[in-house]
Parts: sequence; structure tokens; C-alpha cells
Amino acid sequence: MGQFGIGQPVRRKEDVRLLTGKGQYTDDVNFDGQTWAAFVRSPQAHAKILSIDTSAAKAAPGVVGVFTGSDMKADGVGTLITDVEFKDLAGKDMFRPKRDFMTIDRVRFVGEIVAVVLADTQAQAKAAAELVMVDYDGLPAVGSTAFAASPDSPVIWEEHGSNVGIHWENRPEAEIDVHMAKAKTRVTIDIVNNRVVPNPMEPRCAVAKWENGELTMYAPTQGGRRIQQGIAKIVMNLPADKVRIISPDVGGGFGIRGKLYPELGVVAWATRKINRPVKWRGDRSETFVSDYHGRDQINHAELGLDANGRVVALKVRTIVNCGAYFAENGPRLPINGGGRIIPGVYDIENFYFSVRPVLSNTVPTDTYRGAGRPEANFLMERLMDAAADATGLARDEIRRRNVIKPEQFPYRTQMGMLIDSGDFIGNMDMAMKAADWAGFEARRAESAKRGKLRGIGLSNFVEPSGGRPTEEMRIAVSPEGKATVYAGTHSHGQGHETVWAQLLESFLGIPFENVTLVQGDTKIMPKEAAGTFGSRSSWMGGVGLQRSAKRIVEKGTKIAANLMQAEPEKVSFDAGVFRAGTSSVTLAEVAKASYEPKNLPEGMEPGLDESYFLKRDPEEFNYPNGTHVIEVEVDPDLGKIEMLNYIAVDDCGKVLNPFIVHGQVYGGVAQGIGQAMTEMTVYDDEGQLVTGSFMDYGMPRAEHLSMIDALFNEVPCKTNDLGVKGAGEAGACGAPGAFVSAVCDALKDFGIRHIDMPMTPDRVWATIQKAKAGKAA
Amino acid sequence: MLINVNMTINGKAVSGQVEARTLLVEFIRDHQRLTGTHVGCDTTQCGCCTVHVDGKAVKSCTMLAVQATGKSIITIEGLAQPDGTLHPVQEAFREHHGLQCGFCTPGMVMVGVDICRRHPNADEHTVRQELEGNICRCTGYQGIVEAIMDASAKMAGGKA
Repeated sequence: MGQFGIGQPVRRKEDVRLLTGKGQYTDDVNFDGQTWAAFVRSPQAHAKILSIDTSAAKAAPGVVGVFTGSDMKADGVGTLITDVEFKDLAGKDMFRPKRDFMTIDRVRFVGEIVAVVLADTQAQAKAAAELVMVDYDGLPAVGSTAFAASPDSPVIWEEHGSNVGIHWENRPEAEIDVHMAKAKTRVTIDIVNNRVVPNPMEPRCAVAKWENGELTMYAPTQGGRRIQQGIAKIVMNLPADKVRIISPDVGGGFGIRGKLYPELGVVAWATRKINRPVKWRGDRSETFVSDYHGRDQINHAELGLDANGRVVALKVRTIVNCGAYFAENGPRLPINGGGRIIPGVYDIENFYFSVRPVLSNTVPTDTYRGAGRPEANFLMERLMDAAADATGLARDEIRRRNVIKPEQFPYRTQMGMLIDSGDFIGNMDMAMKAADWAGFEARRAESAKRGKLRGIGLSNFVEPSGGRPTEEMRIAVSPEGKATVYAGTHSHGQGHETVWAQLLESFLGIPFENVTLVQGDTKIMPKEAAGTFGSRSSWMGGVGLQRSAKRIVEKGTKIAANLMQAEPEKVSFDAGVFRAGTSSVTLAEVAKASYEPKNLPEGMEPGLDESYFLKRDPEEFNYPNGTHVIEVEVDPDLGKIEMLNYIAVDDCGKVLNPFIVHGQVYGGVAQGIGQAMTEMTVYDDEGQLVTGSFMDYGMPRAEHLSMIDALFNEVPCKTNDLGVKGAGEAGACGAPGAFVSAVCDALKDFGIRHIDMPMTPDRVWATIQKAKAGKAA
Repeated sequence: MLINVNMTINGKAVSGQVEARTLLVEFIRDHQRLTGTHVGCDTTQCGCCTVHVDGKAVKSCTMLAVQATGKSIITIEGLAQPDGTLHPVQEAFREHHGLQCGFCTPGMVMVGVDICRRHPNADEHTVRQELEGNICRCTGYQGIVEAIMDASAKMAGGKA
């Protein structure tokens, strides 16, 4: 295998242009004669809109137009609604509120769009936006997840009469109570999985023009096909091929970029309305109140164990705060998105699970790195720690007794997921050895001499990855034998320009430097393009390319046979060369020949250009998994936590480029640590987002993290030919549980068993003081 | 009211007419069409806009264009050699996977060069502290810290 093939730590092709300022992000794009859009956003969390007076704004300098939701409605623009539908056990449907692109009668969260101003310059648009007079009639607001679920809460969708969209259950609770009653030991925990603001570094932006009956819009996405279809159908009332979405370089996605956001619909509609290009450059404060947020669950869970520390029953009750509307996926995440992987790596048969998605006066929540799986894994790990406490078993021992054993694979979970492979004990062994778990107590004593509290923690995780079950990839070989990959996937930091080239060198023998990637343009991408999210690209993109390559070889074989005057059955292909007996032709020669009909068998189309539409069973996923071990030191006087050591053992199946996969682990871990240590999203009692900028919202900095030692325990996936498992979201699944476990281990002498995330210095210090006071009492 | 500004950017004399409130980053991106410098926030935390002003790393979102009159600005586009040879910091970022989406990267590289100049053979702790004013969401900082440590050692060793 050459140094640019599969499994090699190849340096990235995309880096030189990104390092020299030659990346092209949406804000770098401008159209001649463009107007600028500024959104008027609600400063109130919950209010009736009595009137909107746009007259002063319309008269302001440079203003081209001022529009509201009523204007869009009058033009026949439709509404957004969640993709998700569920029924409860009685067969009752989940409530699904409709969302106008610009709200008309009522605002339901701070930041909701009420109007848009278009002007010649951005400054003029922003100034005029402040002149739009909205008469709000304030209503009581609810921001708190727990309160939104309670019967005393203000109801934000009167037509439903409650904030609870559905009370979904996997089965009648009584069926599990039977098993719980037999448990020798029962533990109960109540935990919060805190809301986070994803904050990719590129603030959201859109630039659109209407020309010759077609809409062209640049915007950062994670694959624009579904946005193209949504805008065409719901906003523009056009066939999809009259809408073109282009995502050039994208500054981070993390699951929340590939959405049909209201801003995109408004910009699209407005550019046709005024017949001039429109550019919207969002700023960070807008991103805080308009990009979907992540997580925000409250879990009440009960674990029952037998005399041997084996789990006999599990009950979980989850409330998830979906915000003012159910976003595209919102309620799916804790139910059959991520929630379905509860009980994680543990062999638990008897499991009751209830979810109440609630609506509140907050920004809607949707798929953020892990999309329900980090929450599910975190819950299991806190339960295991609590069970260790209650039974007196060591934290690793109780896990060893309960993880799914090698001989149990493929393992069908109680929720119907089929985990094909894994080595959960092996992960734990590898991680604990690398972390020198055995030698920890000596290090704890050494820290204590310096007045510091040292702790070590571990967490196991497993998560279904794969996202949408279809994808299409295309390979076109030029007459010079170079290749262009037209990808349905969409790299926004994951290095596909490099990895797809590695795959083509491996599959077709085309030199790495001769492979180009084309992505991100709905006019050019394959018809069934889906995009990149859910850690799917190595599987859906990689296998899609493998099969396209196979078609290239099949066609090439026939052409080569013709050129060599051999029987096609006698022709073999390896490393870029077709051979028959002593004759050979290279792929480049075959490619050249393919463009001249005289070289081709009867009836064959010229060219060497093949696509593959990959379809898998929607219920089939692959299962990245692993064990993370973290060692921390807590300063009890300041509540500050320092990360000393981080061992991440990941089973991502076959690793295509370890360099890039390590990067995904580090990035996922950083987001997990951010959630666990620094990122607090605060809504006050009036529904105001207090943490609305980087000044107040705790994004992790370099000083909050240590170096991460990322190891692989490669167990090839049995359900795809490349043997790959997802890698992008694993870090976010593994980090929080290990971190909280480590900090609680450091604080165990105070009797502290749990601190809710984020474990800010203030929270840690206050918890210590409270524990001390409790002891003194 | 428009004000004349004159400065050099990447060695080239440039001038323009700006409002008093025009930020340096706006002058660089919108007037000079040098879009390698990015805007990632509105409160001076993220560092995506970092450039060099008279040899020092400065957040160009927190400086007015008029304040830069008469000064020498280097942006990310001006760091590599004219023949395309990368600066040691750029090379180190590539070698150590110090970038993923690339959006924070220009700011990280510019501050990285500044760190290396002030801290030869910088250790991990120093680099992490010095990066307090730059946020990355993709990399977990690992590749960035390794890159700056490596470049600072190489530059100190006279291999720049």
C-alpha cells in the first residue's frame, strides 16, 4: 500500500489554500448590485404582535424594501414543520406546531424574526431595522426545562393546551416494574444534560440572486440538496432544478448547519421579490439566537441490580427542551435518534423509557454533534458510577460485569438496534492501561501534598452512526487519467479532499495528487446527494466511491479487453493496470481510449464516468464505540479543574486516515469537555438569553484542555465492505461521562456524588462548601 | 463624512476613504477584498480577525481603519513567500493537522507567528495560555498547540 493509500496519515490537500487565506467562505461572496438584509428580531421571549409599523424604516436612507411574515404569506409562501412524527402508546399523535419563516401573530423566543429590511448597505439596513416599530403585548414566558413540563407553566402553544408535545413511551412501565421489584439494589439519579450553543466559528450568512427564472444562493450547509428542495417547494413554488444552493468552504457544521433555517427562506423569497441580489451577513449575537441549540434534557433514571451487580432493570424518564418550535429533528433525538442507544454498551434487557419533548420560549434545539447519543451515553455512565457506589464494586468492575460480551455479537438491543461488532472489555483494558489506572492512588497522594484533589474517571460509549440511508457518489476519469470525485457528501472540516483521493489511489491506482473533489453545488452534485452529518461519510461516501470505482473497473475492463484484443474474462485489474496474459494497459490509457468510439465495444457510451447510488436499510447503522479515561486535579479553594491526562480509546472500525480521525476525536472531546466544564446557556425568568455572546458563553479555550492521547482499537465493521465505523461524534459521547466521573472521584471525600454540568469553578466550589457545611452539621 | 486612510498591507501601499466607524477588518475585507482575515464574533473574543500591525498581533475587529493610517499591516495572504514557500508556522499547521474547517486558521496562524517571535522554544503551557484570545471549535486545539510549539522550536533554532 503506497504512502497515499487507505490507512495512511496523509497530510491534507485542502490545507495550503486554507492556510494562505485562499479559502472561500460565504461572506467572501458578493454579487454586483446586491442589497443587504437586516433582520428585526424579537427582544421579547413571549408576546402577541399587535402591530408592525414599517413606515419609518421604509423611509430611511438606502432602504429598498421592508417585509413581514404577512407579505410572505400573501405571496403563498408555506410554513416549516418538523420532520418527526410519533404516536404515544394510546395511539395519539405528537403535536407539531407550524413555523412561519417570519412570525406573524406571536413571538415565542428572543431572536425570532419579525421583519426584514433590505437596503443598499449593511449599515443602512441595520439602522433602518431599528426603526421598525413592533407593538408587543407581553405574555408570561418560560425558559426552564423542568418548569415548561409542569402544569403550572405558561403554555406557549394555546391550541395544544400544554407545552408537552407527547408523552412517548417504549412500552408500558408496569412491564419493567415487575423486574425492578426483584432487584437487590436500586439506584436513582436525577441529572441535567445542559443546553449548549454549537457556535461553529463561521457566523451564518447567505447571498442570493434571482436571474433568468432561477435562484442561486450561497450559504454554509452540510450538503444543500434538502435545503434546495425545501426552498423550491415551500418558499419559491418552483421545480427544484430552478433553485441552486452552493456551499463553498464552510466554517464548521457540527450538525446544525444543514438546516432550512428561516433566514434562508426569507433571503430566497426577498431576492425574487425585489429582483436584486440579497446578502445577509449574520453576526455572532444573531447566531446565538438563531442557530439551533443542542442537548437540554433532564433525566430521571432508576437502575435495579442483582446480588452480583448485574443490571436487571432500567427505567428512564426524559424531558427534552425543544425550544419554541420542534425543529427538523428536535423530538427525534432522545426518542429513536440517540435515545434509542440507551442502555449503551451494557447488556440490559428490561428497559422502560419515556420521553416528553417540551416547548418553551427558547431557541429550538436540534442535532448537535452526537444528536442524542452523548446524552444517552452520559446517562448510562452516571448510572454505572451510582451503581458502583451503591454496591461497593469498583467503577470499572461494575462495568465489566455488565458490558456486552464478545460472544454476544451481533447483539440486538431491546430497542431493536443490531450492534454488529465491538470489543468493549478490550477498550476498557486498553484505556485503563494507557492511563496507568493501577498507579493512580499514588498520584492522588502526591497531589494531596500540594493541597490539590486528584481524580480519575472513565466512561464507555457506543453510538449508532450513519445518518440518512442513501447517498450518491460519482467518479469521472479524464482522458489524461486524472479523476474528479463529484461527491454527495460535504466536507466542512473533515478532510474529504484528502481521504477521497486516498480511496481512489487505493481503488483505482490513480495518483493521490491527480484526484480532485467537487462538492457543495446542488447543480453539480449527484442527484441523490445527501450530505455529511451523523458520522456517515466514511461509510456512505466511502462505500459509494468504492462501488463507483468498481463500475469504472468493470467498464474499463471491457475497453481494455478491446484494446488488448483479449477476452474480458481474462483481464485483471490491479493498482491502475489492466492485464491479460503478457499484455497490459494502464487506466490512463483506457481512459484516453474511452473517449474515442472506435476503441469501444459495440453500443458502449464513450467516457469513463460512473456513479453509484448507495442505499442501505434505514434501520442499519454502524456502531463506533470506545472508552475514555480522564485524570483531573481540582483546586478546592477555587473550584478550578485542570485536565492532566486524557486517554481516548476509539473503535472507529477501519481507519482511513489516522491523522484526520485523531483530529475528529480531539474536536469531539473538546466539545464534550466544553459541555462538561465551561458551557452554560442561561435563560432568565423572562426568557432572555443572558449568555448571548462569547463574552458570557464559556467556549473552551486551549488552556482548558490537555493533550489527548487518542488510541484505536480497530474492530472492522461487519456490515460494510470498507469495515468503517463513524468517527466524527465519538469524542462528544465519551468525554462528559469520564470528566464528571473524574471530578466526582476527586471530591469523593466530601461525599459529593454528582455535580451537574457544566462544572464551572463556581459550581464546584459551592458544592464543596455545601458538602463541608453538611458534614459540620 | 469620509476620511482618507493610507497604510501598507502586505508590503503594498493602499489608500481608501472610510467612515470614522469603519473597522480595520472591514477595510481589509470589504474595501481591499482581502478575505483571508475573518470575522467570527462581535465581542473581540474569537481572534479570527488577527493580523499584524507594525509587527504585533492585533485583533483587527477592535481597531478602527483610521487608527491604522501610516502603519504596516500583514494579513494571512502576506505571510508566505512570493514564490509560495510557506512560513514555518503555516508549514507546521499543515504538518500537525492544526486546522479542519479553516475558519479560525488565519487568526491562529497570525497569533502563532507572534507567539513564536516572543517565545522561542515555547512550551505547551505557554502556548495554551497565549491562545486565550483565539477560539477554535473544530480541532480541540491539539494540532494548533503542537504546530506552534514545533514552529517556535524551528524558528529559535535558526531554521526559519
